[in-house]
Amino acid sequence: MTTATAVPPPPPPDSVVRPAPAPRGKGRGALGTRPWVAACFLLPALALLGALVVYPIGFSVYRSLFDASGHGFVGMDNYQEVFTDARIRTALKNNVIWVVVAPSVATALGLIFAVLTERVRWGTAFKLVVFMPMAISMLAAGIIFRLVYEQNPDRGVANAVWVGIHDTFAAPAPFPGAHPRPTGDLVASGDGAFATKSAARAGSAVALPLVAVKPEDVSGARDAIPARDVAGKVTGTVWMDFSRGGGGTAGKIDEGEKALAGVTVEAVKDGRTVASTTTDPDGTFTLPTVADGARLRLPAANFASAYNGVDWLGPSLVTPSIIGAYIWMWAGFAMVLIAAGLAGVPRELLEAARVDGANEWQVFRRVTVPLLAPVLAVVVVTLMINVLKIFDLVYIIAPGSSLDNANVLALQLYQSSFGTDVNQGVGSAIAVFLLLLVTPVVIVNIRRIRRDRQR
Amino acid sequence: MSLQDTVVRGERSLPARLAARLGAGATRGFLVVVGLFWLMPTVGLLLSSLRDKSDIAASGWWQVFAHPSQLTTESYRTLFANDKVTHSLLTTALITVPATVLVILVGALAGYAFAWLDFPGRDWWFMVVVGLLVVPVQVALIPVAKLFSALGIFESTVGVVLFHTAFGLPFAVFLLRNFFAEIPRELLEAARLDGAGELRLFTRVVLPLGGPAIASLGIFQFLWVWNDMLVALIFADSGNPPITVALQQQVRQFGDNVDILASGAFLSMVVPLAVFFAFQRQFVSGVMAGAVK
Repeated sequence: MTTATAVPPPPPPDSVVRPAPAPRGKGRGALGTRPWVAACFLLPALALLGALVVYPIGFSVYRSLFDASGHGFVGMDNYQEVFTDARIRTALKNNVIWVVVAPSVATALGLIFAVLTERVRWGTAFKLVVFMPMAISMLAAGIIFRLVYEQNPDRGVANAVWVGIHDTFAAPAPFPGAHPRPTGDLVASGDGAFATKSAARAGSAVALPLVAVKPEDVSGARDAIPARDVAGKVTGTVWMDFSRGGGGTAGKIDEGEKALAGVTVEAVKDGRTVASTTTDPDGTFTLPTVADGARLRLPAANFASAYNGVDWLGPSLVTPSIIGAYIWMWAGFAMVLIAAGLAGVPRELLEAARVDGANEWQVFRRVTVPLLAPVLAVVVVTLMINVLKIFDLVYIIAPGSSLDNANVLALQLYQSSFGTDVNQGVGSAIAVFLLLLVTPVVIVNIRRIRRDRQR
Repeated sequence: MSLQDTVVRGERSLPARLAARLGAGATRGFLVVVGLFWLMPTVGLLLSSLRDKSDIAASGWWQVFAHPSQLTTESYRTLFANDKVTHSLLTTALITVPATVLVILVGALAGYAFAWLDFPGRDWWFMVVVGLLVVPVQVALIPVAKLFSALGIFESTVGVVLFHTAFGLPFAVFLLRNFFAEIPRELLEAARLDGAGELRLFTRVVLPLGGPAIASLGIFQFLWVWNDMLVALIFADSGNPPITVALQQQVRQFGDNVDILASGAFLSMVVPLAVFFAFQRQFVSGVMAGAVK
């Protein structure tokens, strides 16, 4: 869009570096003081930075060239191990996933939230809610998400919601775990289904007794009644052959025994299903004449154990799940920076595009996003640097059994340096590797400051 | 504008207005859902911390909406009866407050020097400090552990405070130098003419004027140090750790300790959240100025 390029983009609220004008009279004695005065002001900062930041960089590089004991020089072997050791390779692979997925998703969400909240009066309240997790520790966030990701759908909210959605689309089995008595006519026919040994005869009601039905599955169920014999039809009853408090005869419908409604009953002849129906609220069912002489089968779908949701913190999903927790914490950061950038976008440009007939999506895609590009870049880079060093969240959320699957470089560095598999040579090599990964940003920052100084 | 004009415009824009209104409704609905979704994990933690251990094991926190009688402060009473936890909160405060004050003080001294004092290679030194902004703390863990061991301050509060101060300094110097640089030169020169010495100028003019930037920096560093686990895990006294480490030690038996963990985690969040809500604006401007950590 020509109008967009004619106007310079708004200045980004640089999170990486915000240059300020240099003091006037730069380079010369700003206030005409003696250098030793400056030295006194600088000494504490330079001493701390030198001893605890600069010296460690040098020491890490040096240490990374030595073996675990710290005495044997091994050259680049530790770096080689970083790229060959199976556990560290998992960490590398996960770090790549982290760096690609987490910043982009958090930034995309931040952009959507920032744009949408602009038009809503209570946008500030929304922003506060989304931004709030930034103020809490990764430890607390980790504990929060350990609770969210609990496997048991009765306890973990993620699985409670997931199972709810799943069961809405795929009806759960009516009587999970139910089965016949071992002595009756009904026997297991493989794959969790049960079938009668004898063939059903039209006009003579069949009894299909089951036990081990969970009490909550028959709460409110009607009492079972014997099916009537209907000439030309196969009839029968499926019920819970168990009287509360004992008594009753096995295989016989006793007083107060509950009907099992909604059970699928199939008639099978020569391995082929010829008819199928489900039981009524009183437990009875009726199959057409074609079922005469067939064996009756109760398919496994009646008894499948309840869907238990997703194993969020299992080996295969643990990294995406933890990334979810990270996005919960940091989408607010992206949102706030992008909202500030958005405030600097000239309204006239958006209006002009709308007057030209662009719809909201086109305005967003063709005007807003290009104008925000510098801000988006800053947000993504900042999040990438942040994600490279991710440690606490992984360490807290991943259970011991999948900690290795969730491994990341910073965690491996901790384990190699102080944890389970100590080799400080490897630990130092990982540290130097991390430092190398963020170095390009240092160079960009310094260039930018130089440029702003010269202006 | 003629009457006919208005009518025509109104007719033309009716579908558009309808679409806009529908869109606005959808936007609001979407934001409400997302907002609730974002709040849910925290609410879940709070409600879990207000339930009995056996209730937590039996069912999800949302059950309290059906059974409000489950709410109890039992977990918190257990927590406060535990000396280790109360001590760990104190330790956290004893680390956070000095680390925040020190970074402000040392950072302000250096920031002032970089902004207004003259010494050889000033710009070059400032570049170095800015370059250190993104150095990951991980790089320093092993070397500083060795250094502190040699100095006898490994596993001590002093060590943790020094470490946090050092790693907070690049941001502090960067932020404060840029802010101090905008102080009008005339103001400083006037004070100088009145006979103020360098130190007096710093404490009486520069520090008070730097208020907003110092507030941002302070909030930022406070939250950073209060919430830190990694540095404390290595450098703090493991017998008297800050709250993050104390809770971390319980995480491996998550199911057994879920009551203490939920209430402890919430307790550890109270101070940062209070600071966040009280000083949102300063926090946001701190984040904007360069939250690269």
